[in-house]
Amino acid sequence: MTVKPMTVKEVTKKVISKDQLFILDVRNHDAFGDWKIEGENFEYLNIPYFDLLDGVEDIVDKLPLNKQVLVVCAKEGSSVMVAEMLSETGLSVHYLKGGMKAWSEYLEPVKIGDLKGGGSLYQFVRIGKGCLSYMIESQGEAIIVDAARMTEHYETFANENNILIKHVADTHLHADHISGGRKLAEKVGGTYYIPPKDAEEVVFDFAELQEGKEILVGGTKVIVQPLYTPGHTIGSTSLLIDDKYLLTGDILFVESIGRPDLAGKAEDWVADLRESLYDRYKKLDGGLMVLPAHFSKVSELGENGKVTASLKELYERNEGLNLESDKFRTLVTDNLPPQPNSYQEIRQTNMGKLKPDEEEQREMEIGPNRCAVHN
Amino acid sequence: MIHSNKVLDAKGLACPMPIVKTKKAMNDLGAGQVIEVQATDKGSTADLKAWAIRMGHHYLGTVEEGEILRHYVRKSGGEEQKDKRHPHVVSNDELIKLMEEKKDMLVLDVRESAEYAFNHIPNAVSVPLGELEEQINELDKEAEVYVVCRTGNRSDLAAQKLFEAGFKKVTNVVPGMSEWNGETEKAVK
Repeated sequence: MTVKPMTVKEVTKKVISKDQLFILDVRNHDAFGDWKIEGENFEYLNIPYFDLLDGVEDIVDKLPLNKQVLVVCAKEGSSVMVAEMLSETGLSVHYLKGGMKAWSEYLEPVKIGDLKGGGSLYQFVRIGKGCLSYMIESQGEAIIVDAARMTEHYETFANENNILIKHVADTHLHADHISGGRKLAEKVGGTYYIPPKDAEEVVFDFAELQEGKEILVGGTKVIVQPLYTPGHTIGSTSLLIDDKYLLTGDILFVESIGRPDLAGKAEDWVADLRESLYDRYKKLDGGLMVLPAHFSKVSELGENGKVTASLKELYERNEGLNLESDKFRTLVTDNLPPQPNSYQEIRQTNMGKLKPDEEEQREMEIGPNRCAVHN
Repeated sequence: MIHSNKVLDAKGLACPMPIVKTKKAMNDLGAGQVIEVQATDKGSTADLKAWAIRMGHHYLGTVEEGEILRHYVRKSGGEEQKDKRHPHVVSNDELIKLMEEKKDMLVLDVRESAEYAFNHIPNAVSVPLGELEEQINELDKEAEVYVVCRTGNRSDLAAQKLFEAGFKKVTNVVPGMSEWNGETEKAVK
């Protein structure tokens, strides 16, 4: 019957609205086992395309007739081939336009709320990788926080809404994805901020993101106040905006907490992480909306895809905030999940020491996000 | 340069074409022959390996030269079923012991040179089974020869040939490289 493309934006909508979808993933078993499109009501069948070269007759019976079928591969080519073979048997199927590469690089902008003096805060959900970045806009000016490598998403969004990106900040030196912060700042002629303690080895100029310092966005309306919260990295810093929003970076997530080991110093930083989570944040207003730099499970996506909860709520239900000292130590130092793919090369790249080309950057980022610890 | 029976140019082709072309090209190969697949698609390494295992072919390895990936795959052959005929046999473990004890011995690896290139016993000499007859005069007939291949069948044939050619002390190593736990070397990066 027919073969149609489905865009990553359309798939994202299905994830957010918890629709049903049947995914026929034709990558090899290792790739599928490592990382796939997650959806609460998605079903999966993983058959490598090279097992289907002689025909798809054997799998036709395994595909549902009452659900949309989406064929997925790494870059699109194999999924088109398999989709066409399926269509010749009389089925109507879709293939994922751009494959998992496009899935990994897509950002969905979601409005979180308005700011007191006018302006808005947007969360950019990188759904395929679990990364969250932010645009805080006021009076036509904006700051981007924890920008992804694909900076064109922010630029396009800013252009469409007549916003000028003046500042770009990273809450810490990232180890799981390549930061687009410096590149974006250079492109728009803005200032790039990073915490100085995370920047001891960086080889480029930056502005210091430091406690007590304020970054003005849009006149005097929005004040971004950095708050030193070490633990995931020594320099990790949170941002307080408008007395309402708390950007926690990789220190605190909605269903989990940050891991302290990605710079090789789990033991040293356990105490810092504990102090940040159990002392520094606790002194803040419980009504603050926590906006983390990651989510782990699609179940964390709320209305329209937003990932957030109040600080008070997290102190009630996030297990990582409710542990005795020794249990906390065990959680964040023992049985940690595997480290993110290529995390050391990613750190070097974010310091400016490595300069991989775009294809290499893509390869380094492939795979799931593993910045959190879970019980 | 690793010897192969066929070279397939799949450079510049995106997935699934490198595997589709390899599958076709394999039809023209005889059992036990080696194909070199040249590709630039980075995903081709994992896919070709998984595909080869699935098809029963033997993925030998990949050499990376700048942008170009050279994959080597040996086509499966019906060699595994044959009875072994050469009477003198040692196990892998016995060979490891003998190598520690003796100095004057020749470990003769009769697999294809591409197989040898990716994985062989240190100091083993490579003479592929198909080239044994022409090179047999270069070998010392008095030497104590231990013949090794992947599963013990090609080495069985080679051991018989050597015996017929007048070699006195010839032993087949069973099973050989497929289950070798001792030290190995590579001739490629």
